[in-house]
Amino acid sequence: MNNKFVIAVYVDNKFGVLTRVTSMFTRRGFNIDALTVGETECPEYSRITICLSGDGYAKEQLINQLRKLINVKKVEVIENNMSVKRELALIKVKNNSQTRADVLSAVEVYRAKVIDFTASEMCIEITGEPSKINAFIEYMKPYEIIEMCRTGIVALERGSGTLLSKNTKTGVHKIR
Amino acid sequence: MKMTGAEIIINTLIEQGTTDVFGYPGGQVINIYDALYKNSDRINHILTAHEQGAAHAADGYSRATGKVGVCIATSGPGATNLVTGIATAMLDSIPMVAITGNVPCSLIGKDSFQEIDITGITLPITKHNYFVNKIEDLADSIREAFQIAKSGRPGPVLVDVPKDVQVAVYDYEPQPIVEKIPLPKADEESIDEAVALINESKRPYIYIGGGAAGLGMGKEIIEFAKKIDACIGCTFMGLSAVPDGCDRFLGMQGMHGHFASSVAQKHADLIIGVGVRFSDRATGNTAKFAKQTKIIQLDPDFAEINKNVNVDLGIIADVRDSFLRIAEKCQASKKPEWEKQVEELKVKEEEIAKKAAKMAGDRMTPKMIFDVINANKLPRTIITTDVGQHQMWAAQYAKFDTTRRFVSSGGLGTMGFGLGAAMGAMVATGDPTILITGDGSFGMNLNELATAVSYNIPVVIVLMNNGVLGMVRQWQNLFFQKRFSQTVLDRKTDFVKLAEAFGAIGMRATNIEEFESAFKKALTAGGPVLIDTLVDKDEFVLPMLPPGGSIDDIITDIGGKDSE
Repeated sequence: MNNKFVIAVYVDNKFGVLTRVTSMFTRRGFNIDALTVGETECPEYSRITICLSGDGYAKEQLINQLRKLINVKKVEVIENNMSVKRELALIKVKNNSQTRADVLSAVEVYRAKVIDFTASEMCIEITGEPSKINAFIEYMKPYEIIEMCRTGIVALERGSGTLLSKNTKTGVHKIR
Repeated sequence: MKMTGAEIIINTLIEQGTTDVFGYPGGQVINIYDALYKNSDRINHILTAHEQGAAHAADGYSRATGKVGVCIATSGPGATNLVTGIATAMLDSIPMVAITGNVPCSLIGKDSFQEIDITGITLPITKHNYFVNKIEDLADSIREAFQIAKSGRPGPVLVDVPKDVQVAVYDYEPQPIVEKIPLPKADEESIDEAVALINESKRPYIYIGGGAAGLGMGKEIIEFAKKIDACIGCTFMGLSAVPDGCDRFLGMQGMHGHFASSVAQKHADLIIGVGVRFSDRATGNTAKFAKQTKIIQLDPDFAEINKNVNVDLGIIADVRDSFLRIAEKCQASKKPEWEKQVEELKVKEEEIAKKAAKMAGDRMTPKMIFDVINANKLPRTIITTDVGQHQMWAAQYAKFDTTRRFVSSGGLGTMGFGLGAAMGAMVATGDPTILITGDGSFGMNLNELATAVSYNIPVVIVLMNNGVLGMVRQWQNLFFQKRFSQTVLDRKTDFVKLAEAFGAIGMRATNIEEFESAFKKALTAGGPVLIDTLVDKDEFVLPMLPPGGSIDDIITDIGGKDSE
């Protein structure tokens, strides 16, 4: 059964580490939906957030193969009900007197923001769960999207815990 | 102490216990070779004919001893020539450190002469690699490379050093040999779970892989098998982990495994896997593999559990420790029914062998060649091979008296591996070494005969010459209606003269008497010897599980499929 998973990875903040991670995905045939990377609370680590569609086998293999990379320090699945997830999108749409009011009211309802505005087009910034962004994009399609980009998900677990302090047990696996 | 980067490289290698390196000089490693020259009383360099030979030699060195093999090559083509050798080591989990030179940092990224991104190229075929662009990181990068190469599940590590870093001067202080990162010990609960599964089992099968081959547990495995009345089978990479001569050992299972070993594995109710990864060549069709059988897997690599087949209990920990603790805790028991069943399979295997021998008539069969080798080889002999039919015959018939005696490219299946690896194994151990090869494989790296002669490495080369690429031809024979596309070599190469041209001894054997006499002479020749051994081109490697098939499809003679 195919599901969507979000996996957070702490890696050494060093030259070439992202290539090591993505090269492994290619080699092992993992299909990645989105990947974001950036600095963290510790300057020596970067945090990679990976969205993956697949079954339980793909999820387990992805985690195990990631853990084997020397520069990977921590790999955790971000569970849906225990976390906050956000994505940001920038969407440039046509702007004319017939559609302007509709577009602006959608921007308000979706709590998006207009960040650039000219006589012929406007640029909208929207953040939220990917499902909300998908819905907004669907709504905008008839108004002619000129250009668009999305960041991919970033995610944190709720509560006071941190991924780095989490104690992951490896040792015994049972299936079947 | 102030030193140049090149001197730091050599001193760090020596500090980490390296006594022999294999390599080939070039423009961007001149400084390293200068440092080797100055330290030639402390470290021995073997100049191969080609960098690929150096990589295979470092690999063979490691397989025969467990030490980290080291090879050196220059930038660009020197580095790319190592690639097949590094990949070979990766697929068989062999600890190796490869040092390459590169163009100075100021020329990196400019498509300079002999510049290549070797860390990029080797990313998927190394356990890890380093591009060292700062002299202050150099010694520690090499130390880390050694530690990564030999810790956990071993593998190759490459260290790429630009020329300006080799020239720069920095402080160097010798440090002790880096220790392996210790593997976790299994918790008592999982040991107890394994013990419970074993105590319940009526038909246990101990399944030994490459992960156990280097641990020197042959005696313990046999004792455990006796205690619980189990039989023992192994993977290709597990050969020589258990010395021959134990009647519980059924030999290799899998695509070309022994009949009794493969069929017993099917009938077992519990497989106790020790350092195995359930490769496709061992399992056949995984959808049909061990469906009625429980599996315990002991391995240091958590990514191997449930990767190829699902297991009932995977213990990811120090394999030796887990095995010994499980063996200690299990109840001793007798299983006469299982023993009888296994005995019957062995009898059946004997019958198949007798029938094949009868059908062969007078011709010199691979089995006869290995009978002569087994009867005459010296104690502690290492058998290395190339890849193809001869390799599978070696895996089926060769006998080993102790561990780390079988050196062969299993995972990658690298034709041209054998001669370099044989030299590496012999340099490392000084033990008698026999290379079993074929005319196809030997043609790929026969230039290393020059190295064997130059350093007087007395490897005995048994070249099973059938004038064809036998393994591919066998598949064409069975599955492609005998369309022998590009597998008929029929070259005019005279291998005896070829050996002589390199300064080695060449002999030819057209029948088994000639082979026996040539082989005996070769053992005492004191230098490299090649025996051109003529084999019929229609010899098959049997039994065989057809690709994608299972044990139920086993072919034991070319008359067709043999169901039990």
